[in-house]
Amino acid sequence: MTATTYDHAAHEGEPTGFKRWLVTTNHKDIGSMYLLFSLAMFLLGGAMALVIRAELFQPGLQIVDPYFFNQMTTMHALVMIFGAVMPAFTGLANWMIPLMVGAPDMALPRMNNWSFWLLPFGFAVLLSTLFMPGGGPAGGWTMYPPLMLQTGTAFPFVIFAIHVLGISSIMGSINVIATILNMRAPGMSLMKMPLFVWTWLITAYLMIAVMPVLAGAVTMLLTDQYFGTTFFSAAGGGDPVLYQHIFWFFGHPEVYILILPAFGIISTIIPTFARKPLFGYSSMVYATASIAFLSFIVWAHHMFTVGMPLAGELFFMYSTMLIAVPTGVKVFNWVSTMWRGAMTFEAPMLFALAFVFLFTIGGFSGLMLAIAPADFQYHDTYFVVAHFHYVLVTGAVFAILAAAYYWMPKWTGHMYSERLAQWHFWMSVIFVNVLFFPQHFLGLAGMPRRIPDYSVQFADWNMVSSIGGFGFGFAQLIFVWLLIKCIRGGQQAEAKAWEGASGLEWDVPSPAPHHTFDTPPVVR
Amino acid sequence: MTAMTRLAQWVAMAAALIAAPASADFSLLNMTQGVTESSRDIYGLHMTIFTITVVIGVGVFGAMFYSIFRHRKSRGVEPSKFHHSTTMEIVWTVIPLVILVAMAVPATQVLIDLDDTTNSEMTVEVTGYQWFWGYKYKGEDVQFLSRLDTDSDRARRLDSGIQPASVDNYLQNVDQRLVLPVDTRVRFQITGADVIHSWWMPDLGWKKDAIPGYVNEMWTEIEEPGVYRGRCAELCGRDHGFMPVVVEALPKAEFDEWLANRQAGGTGMTADSDETPETDGELAAR
Repeated sequence: MTATTYDHAAHEGEPTGFKRWLVTTNHKDIGSMYLLFSLAMFLLGGAMALVIRAELFQPGLQIVDPYFFNQMTTMHALVMIFGAVMPAFTGLANWMIPLMVGAPDMALPRMNNWSFWLLPFGFAVLLSTLFMPGGGPAGGWTMYPPLMLQTGTAFPFVIFAIHVLGISSIMGSINVIATILNMRAPGMSLMKMPLFVWTWLITAYLMIAVMPVLAGAVTMLLTDQYFGTTFFSAAGGGDPVLYQHIFWFFGHPEVYILILPAFGIISTIIPTFARKPLFGYSSMVYATASIAFLSFIVWAHHMFTVGMPLAGELFFMYSTMLIAVPTGVKVFNWVSTMWRGAMTFEAPMLFALAFVFLFTIGGFSGLMLAIAPADFQYHDTYFVVAHFHYVLVTGAVFAILAAAYYWMPKWTGHMYSERLAQWHFWMSVIFVNVLFFPQHFLGLAGMPRRIPDYSVQFADWNMVSSIGGFGFGFAQLIFVWLLIKCIRGGQQAEAKAWEGASGLEWDVPSPAPHHTFDTPPVVR
Repeated sequence: MTAMTRLAQWVAMAAALIAAPASADFSLLNMTQGVTESSRDIYGLHMTIFTITVVIGVGVFGAMFYSIFRHRKSRGVEPSKFHHSTTMEIVWTVIPLVILVAMAVPATQVLIDLDDTTNSEMTVEVTGYQWFWGYKYKGEDVQFLSRLDTDSDRARRLDSGIQPASVDNYLQNVDQRLVLPVDTRVRFQITGADVIHSWWMPDLGWKKDAIPGYVNEMWTEIEEPGVYRGRCAELCGRDHGFMPVVVEALPKAEFDEWLANRQAGGTGMTADSDETPETDGELAAR
């Protein structure tokens, strides 16, 4: 197999310096930009979280005004979801999907460039609202009217930014689908694709289905504010709850957009380090598709307390409980993959194992939240905050970190420092639990979410949680240091950097040359 | 010093260390059981589903950690090659389904019970405002607003210099409580005046959104007299964190007395009120 045809002559006349990055159509360059952008946003969103945790360190207001606090909770969520986790997955898709399916590049390289460069502009607009009169959006990332309509000058800018980010995501998804369906190497049937490719294919369809729904919802907010419509105002015959239905019809598939590619990553890493094939490949594919389907019919479980009819409450309770079945299948399959393997515990595997353990805890609290009457107590408390941070931080973010460690040798050509990685892992996994586990207690004991100050019985666990927050935050700086070191040098990585790894990406040299698979490989 | 006493000291020290973060109150680890039948039903559902997840967790994590300890390369094991088993996959699809159905049955019963707001003996209208609550006793000509009490309000300002711990019931006290009779089926009609709020009273097991243009209904029947404290649960703007809910449940006779007093133009302060004036003279001075 001719894996690469790296040819210096072909690059003469290509732009260098900044222009290289501005006009690039290379999937590896664009993937790197996505990943670095995502890291920057992760640190920025993390800094916002630390403002929140610093204010909540003890009862009373010490640091920020309540309104600024609300801006921080809102922006933290928007930055982490649209700036950190989604672009990280798109970056991984850009880098790895062509390598995994044996394609020379993404199917639509110019659109690929555009979908990346929309992101910095979208975020420049979004973040600039913090400095506008009246401050940034402060109604929560869910942007429920009528509260959202009380936003100041920032209001149209937020909506414009969301449109831009949505367009970027949709174009990224179109590219992923076009690449996977059209550019697979000869012999790679759909059921031979690596699971990361499968989960991304399904995720991309989810995105195309729901990002326009979000766009519709925020556009209706815009016309309600400026053009005299009353979609969400009962006074004009509209309905504030309608917004919540539309938003969560986007919002629930969105949370699976944030986790399905993570499932693919974990399903790639565990077999590598257990030196044993993935257990139940086809049931993994079917489980992913089932989860994607169910994600469209469970949205109102975010709204058990809005006063739905009994039939509605029952339907959404049952459908939500059903999600536990395919998700359970996935967890059982991962554990079975480990069973009687020969495991080693390098950083990618450690993060993957922590994912299985901690994501499952987040799944358990999700199952508890599905029970509608119990949700009357849990809803809008720190129990919910704990739940979604277990699935999104120790779930999505841990999977992204696992992927970064796993493929870093392929990206940089160097092995990362395993010693620093171990420090990063152990600091992260300890502090993230100090940070989020006590939040279950706080929620059950009665602390609502999105409050800047609280009554004194919640003081102890808030202090513990804040200590965990700062520990987790600073632990991520180890990763930044490790990444810089790894890019600049280190032990040369082999083409196949991990003993148990399999897949086309390990057939090309490390670092992967600028152009790969000019001649498609043959998959048997 | 014998080995036994040394061991006991270590155990005591370890226990103290583990306990330190929550030395204040271990009852703050779990949901409250509340003072109504519905809140206890909900607590029951919560504990059942929690127990189920713990049992599943012990099984799954047990298998995972067993594998991590036994099936590691450093023990010189040879990796097995198996990669699927249809039987196992059917088993672990069907068993969770059965568990879920078993869980859905009691949850449905409780939900049906909570949904039934008929046969109430009195009705209270609750209105959420930015940032306080309004209460109206339907057909009784009694209505009032309920705001954060002045002590909390002073202490909660940025850099107020007042220690929250020095304020009685910091952020969970109001100037006028919602007074309700015990052993009476009370219906609530909840709405919002400006933005969406959520009226949450953990001891009653209820949280219901207060939405402008909507009237949501819920009901309760409090069993024990006492003062119960809750909060607004839906982000409603700048002072979302500062609009507590306080319910005072009185024996029926005392409630009737309070209501009559209120209708006659009284203060609405009960004997147990935090800000009860001591004498008529003090009352006049106010």
